[in-house]
Amino acid sequence: MRFVLDEDQRDFAGALESLLAGADTVAAARAWAEGETAPGLALWKRLADLGVLSLATDATPVEVALAFEALGRHVVPGPWIESAAYLPVALGREVEGVATVALPPHVPHALDADVADEVYVGSTPVTGVGERLTSVDRTRRLFRVEGGDGVDGGGGAEPSREAFDLAVLACAAELLGAGERVLADSVTYVKQRKQFGREIGSYQAVKHALADVRIALDFARPLVHGAALGEVDASAAKVACGDAAYLAARTGLQVHGAIGYTQEFDLSLWLGRIRALVTAWGTPDFHRGRLLQQLGAS
Amino acid sequence: MDLSLSESELAFQAEAREWLAANVPSEPLPSMDTEAGWKAHQEWEARLAEARWSVVSWPREYSGREASLVEWLVFEEEYYRAGAPGRVSQNGIFLLAPIIFDHGTKEQQDRFLPTMATGEKIWAQCWSEPEAGSDLAALRSTARRDDERGGWVLNGQKTWSSRAAFAHWGFGLFRSDAEAQRHAGLTYFLFPLDADGITVRPIAQLDGEAGFAEVFFEDVFVPDSDVLGAPGDGWRVAMSTAGNERGLSLRSPGRFCAAADRLVDLYRSTERPPAAAADRVVDAWVKAQAYRLYTWGTVTRLAAGGDMGAAGSVNKVFWSELDIALHETALDLLGPEAEVASPWLDGYTFSLSGPIYAGTNEIQRNIVAERILGLPREVRK
Repeated sequence: MRFVLDEDQRDFAGALESLLAGADTVAAARAWAEGETAPGLALWKRLADLGVLSLATDATPVEVALAFEALGRHVVPGPWIESAAYLPVALGREVEGVATVALPPHVPHALDADVADEVYVGSTPVTGVGERLTSVDRTRRLFRVEGGDGVDGGGGAEPSREAFDLAVLACAAELLGAGERVLADSVTYVKQRKQFGREIGSYQAVKHALADVRIALDFARPLVHGAALGEVDASAAKVACGDAAYLAARTGLQVHGAIGYTQEFDLSLWLGRIRALVTAWGTPDFHRGRLLQQLGAS
Repeated sequence: MDLSLSESELAFQAEAREWLAANVPSEPLPSMDTEAGWKAHQEWEARLAEARWSVVSWPREYSGREASLVEWLVFEEEYYRAGAPGRVSQNGIFLLAPIIFDHGTKEQQDRFLPTMATGEKIWAQCWSEPEAGSDLAALRSTARRDDERGGWVLNGQKTWSSRAAFAHWGFGLFRSDAEAQRHAGLTYFLFPLDADGITVRPIAQLDGEAGFAEVFFEDVFVPDSDVLGAPGDGWRVAMSTAGNERGLSLRSPGRFCAAADRLVDLYRSTERPPAAAADRVVDAWVKAQAYRLYTWGTVTRLAAGGDMGAAGSVNKVFWSELDIALHETALDLLGPEAEVASPWLDGYTFSLSGPIYAGTNEIQRNIVAERILGLPREVRK
C-alpha cells in the first residue's frame, strides 16, 4: 500500500513542469487561437521529444495523468488528448506528428483538424475536413468532419472502450491541472489586490470561496490517480475533476472581478479551457449515468 | 503507486471480517444516548475488547494489536461494512488516548488506558464553554493552585460535552494562570464526573436524546496526578487532540463507503426514485471513494513520517458535507416515509452536527485559507 507518486513519476512530472514553465505556453496558446500554429507546433515537438506521445503505449496511465495535469496547468494548445491518449490505444500504435479524432456522439467535432497530419472518425481515417466552428475555448479549433456530426458510430466509428477511458482520464487530469492553476493565480491576485485598505484575500467571503476550491481539488486528485491504477472508473475522475475545475473557474473569475472578465487577462484562457473540457469526452451526465449503471442501479 | 495490501494485511483483514461477521449484533443497538442503549454499547465495547478489537492501533500491553495505520483503516472499513455499532468510547480512544500516550505519565497510562480499552470507563470531552465555542482560547473556567492538598481546585462551566450525561470521566482545559492571556496559562485536567462539586445537566439534542450535557464545577479538587502534561501547557497538549478529532481519526472512510453502498442499495430498491436522485446517489458514491483514496494518500505520507498539519481541516469540511448530502439523498428517496423514525433518519440527524463540532466548518475554512493557501490572517481583537 503506497498511494503517493514514486520517485520516477515525480522526476517525470518535474521535467515536464520545468519545460512548460519556461516555454511561454500562454503566448503559444494565444497564437494558436489566431491560427498561428508555429509556436504551438514547436512546443508539440519538444513535448514529443520528452516522450509525451508514447506514454499511452509505453508507460502507465499514471504517467499519462501526470502529463495531462501539466498540460492543463499550462493551457497547452493542440489535440493532445486525441494524439497522446485516445488514438495510440485505438490504433494500437504511437501517433507520429499530430493526429486528431472525432468520436460522435461524445466528441462530435475534430479538434485542430486543419493542423493534424491524420484525422480520424473513430479508428477510420478521413480526408475531408468541413467547416470550422468557434469554441468557448478559442484555442480549440473545432472542425466538422464527415460522419462526425451526430452520426452515431457511423463509418466504423465504434469507440474503443479502453481508448475512450484513457482519453477520459487524460481529460480529467487536464481539468485538474487547469483548476490548480486558476486557484494558484487567484490566490496570488487576492493577496495583491487591495480594497477598503486591505488585501481582498483577508476577507472571509473570499477566503472561504477559495478554501472550497482547495478542498474540491484535493479530493479530485486521488480519483485521477485511483482511476489510473484501475481502482475506480475514469468516469468518477471526470465527474469530480469537472466539478472541481469548474468551481475553480467560477470562483477564480469572481475574485478577480472585472479584470478577469477580459480576454486580455490570461485567466480567460483557463476559463475557456475548463468550460470546454467539462463537456468534452463525455458530459457529466453521461459519466454519472455510466457510474450508476456500474453500481447496478440503472 | 501500489494500492494492494500485503499478505499480513490481508490476513488481518480476513481475521477482522470473520470475527465481525460472527459477532456484530443482527439488530442495531438502541441509541447510546439512552440508558438502555448506553449499557448495550458498553457491553459491545467489552466484547470487542475481549477479542482485542477495541483498540487495534494501541500497543499490545494495553490490549491493542499494534496495528499500522493501513491495518487500522482496513479494520475500520471492515467494521462499518459489517454494520457494527457506533463506538461509545470513541472520544476517549481517539481523542484522549493519543494524548495520554504522548504526554501522560506511565502511572496515568496504566491507570486510565486499560479501563478505556474495555469500555468500563467512558470519557467525555469538556471543551466548549458558554462564551468559548469556536474561540476556545476565550475559556474562563479556572484552576486554582492548592499546595496544601497537592493539586488544583476547578471552578466554572463546560458545555456541549458529548457523552457526559452517562460518562464516568471527563477531560478539559482550565485557566490555571489568571494573569496569562488566551492560549497561555491553560492546564489539561482529567476528572471523574461524580467528583464532589461536579454537576452534570444533560441536554436533549435535536433528536430528543441526551447526547451532550452541561458540566458545572464548584470547588472541585483534582490531584496533581490527574493533570495531563505540564501545568500551563494545556493548549499545546490539547491541540494534538484537535488535530486528531477533525482529521483522520474520528471519521474513517469505512463509514462513508458503507453508507454510500447502502444508499445505492436504497436507490435500487426504490420503485419510483425522484428524477434528480440518480446524480446525487452517484455523487455521494464518488465522494466516498474520493475520501477513501485521499485517506490512503494521507496514511502513506504519515507512515513516511509526515504529519496531518492543516490538511485535517480540508478533511473535516469534506466528510461533514458528504455525510449530510448522503443522508439528505436517502431521505429524499424515502419520500413521504422519510419523517418516520429509521436508521437513515438517525444518521441524518447526527450528520447535521458534523459541520458544527470539532471546530465549525467556518473555522476550518479559515485554517485552509490561511495555513494552506497562505492568505492574510483575519484581523482579530
